[in-house]
Amino acid sequence: MIEQWFPNVNWEKMWTATGETLYMSAYSTLFTFVLGIGLGLLLFLTSPGQLWANKITNVITGAFVNIFRSVPFIILIILLLPLTNLLIGTMRGPDAALPALIIGAAPFYGRMVLIALQEIDKGVIEAARSMGARTSTIIFKVLLPESMPALVSGITVTSIALVGYTAMAGVIGAGGLGTLAYLEGFQRNRGDVTLMATILVLVIVFVIQFIGDFIVNRLDMR
Amino acid sequence: MIQLTNVQKTFQLSGSEIVAVDDVTFTIKEGEIFGIIGYSGAGKSTLIRLLNGLEQPTSGSIVINGQEMTTLKGAKMRNARQKISMIFQHFNLLWSRTVEENIAFPLEIAGVKKPERQRKVKELIDLVGLTGREKAYPAQLSGGQKQRVGIARALANDPEVLLCDEATSALDPETTNAILDLLTNINERLGLTIVLITHEMHVIRKICHRVAVMEAGKVVEIGSVLDVFQSPQADITKRFISQVTDTGDTDAAVAHLQQETPLGKLVKLAFIGERTEQPVLAELIRKFPVDVNIVQGNISTTRDGAYGTLVLQLVGDVAVIDEAIAYLHANEVKTEVLAND
Repeated sequence: MIEQWFPNVNWEKMWTATGETLYMSAYSTLFTFVLGIGLGLLLFLTSPGQLWANKITNVITGAFVNIFRSVPFIILIILLLPLTNLLIGTMRGPDAALPALIIGAAPFYGRMVLIALQEIDKGVIEAARSMGARTSTIIFKVLLPESMPALVSGITVTSIALVGYTAMAGVIGAGGLGTLAYLEGFQRNRGDVTLMATILVLVIVFVIQFIGDFIVNRLDMR
Repeated sequence: MIQLTNVQKTFQLSGSEIVAVDDVTFTIKEGEIFGIIGYSGAGKSTLIRLLNGLEQPTSGSIVINGQEMTTLKGAKMRNARQKISMIFQHFNLLWSRTVEENIAFPLEIAGVKKPERQRKVKELIDLVGLTGREKAYPAQLSGGQKQRVGIARALANDPEVLLCDEATSALDPETTNAILDLLTNINERLGLTIVLITHEMHVIRKICHRVAVMEAGKVVEIGSVLDVFQSPQADITKRFISQVTDTGDTDAAVAHLQQETPLGKLVKLAFIGERTEQPVLAELIRKFPVDVNIVQGNISTTRDGAYGTLVLQLVGDVAVIDEAIAYLHANEVKTEVLAND
């Protein structure tokens, strides 16, 4: 039945490509989560009236975030080729896509983290200060747990965007379902291959969204 | 215990200077419940935040338990804050933590080990009457229960001072009374000094020993609650007191009475403490040939005794009325003539 509908699909290639897409999405999501939270915290804590209020750091971080958020991803990949070569030692393959994916997504996620942190009731931070909490305690025991549902739903959205980015990373030969759909499907005029790759991307996106929603529901006690 | 000397706090707001606390000097004694009352914007929120270093004064000195607070920094300030805890109008609990985890939070900050933490948390939950709700999240609690968690959390590190920032202003009257009873109980059992700010005279009357009245950053009146109730000096103090004593229609009743029987004198009597329980009026009627109309009467209780007012119309011979008023004075009843015939 499936063979009949998708006569040109090479399943071995299809699964390898799926694996590569998952690999790139998972690693870039992980690093984006960590870096984005770092950036978001820096933006939040250095903003006026906060614990590390510092105009210069705030403006520089904000500018950095805005610049990397605005550069179209496809251009960012090309601009970052020398850096990729330096970090990974190659410009091809799934690993080579990671720096561009992370640098493209982390500032985007950082903004989401900032919004999540701004949603926290200021009184809770004041209460922690009144108990004699140090800043690190406030970060790890107040700011992050209190904003966790928003942080998780933010990383869910970002992660789904990253799945899309991995397809674009195909231009530098990153592999994955995007490359497969383009090279094997579109260029050889095999519609069934493109369709199958699209279905698999959709499945990945739905699974990510489901997991994200599930975690948010479990975390949110408000 | 707490000594404020010439404390000043100014904020710079878009070029203009706002004086939030203006040259405030007073002392709070160990173990007392000290109330600060004022309308919003009077500077009381800023003042209470100066006491635990959440705000730093522009000038002046704040000494708590022999320690100058205005120069404390870093770890020393954090350690001092563990002994000066605070409860809030909107409770400020962590929604992501259960009741017991919220109460354990200050203990985690103080570096208390887990078994000791658990023991202390259980003790505090019993103290504030939340047994059985340990695993509940703040979202599942009522306002009064949330404030109980706030109080338990504030008591976790055995503080010497408890600061209450409008702690009952978000609660209904019944819950307010329950929380005030709990605070009185804690004050008596633990000997804790409590400083509370409020805009409700009811709170001051019910639990405070002494009160400071604030207006536009200044303390305009300070004294024992009973004294301030008996003889308020500042206009704002009189307004606050009328919050709890006025029935609202005294003026109308007085005007009406003067129209109906334009005779005699309208006299307002103030009874203090034991005087409220003695039959001064009955004796007055027996001794002097005057007619007595009761216009309005009222009694308020403070924690140091009762305080009552009574408005009378005395009708009769002018000389006899004067004698009767002199008799009241002799019996330590304050009288004030509101209107002559």
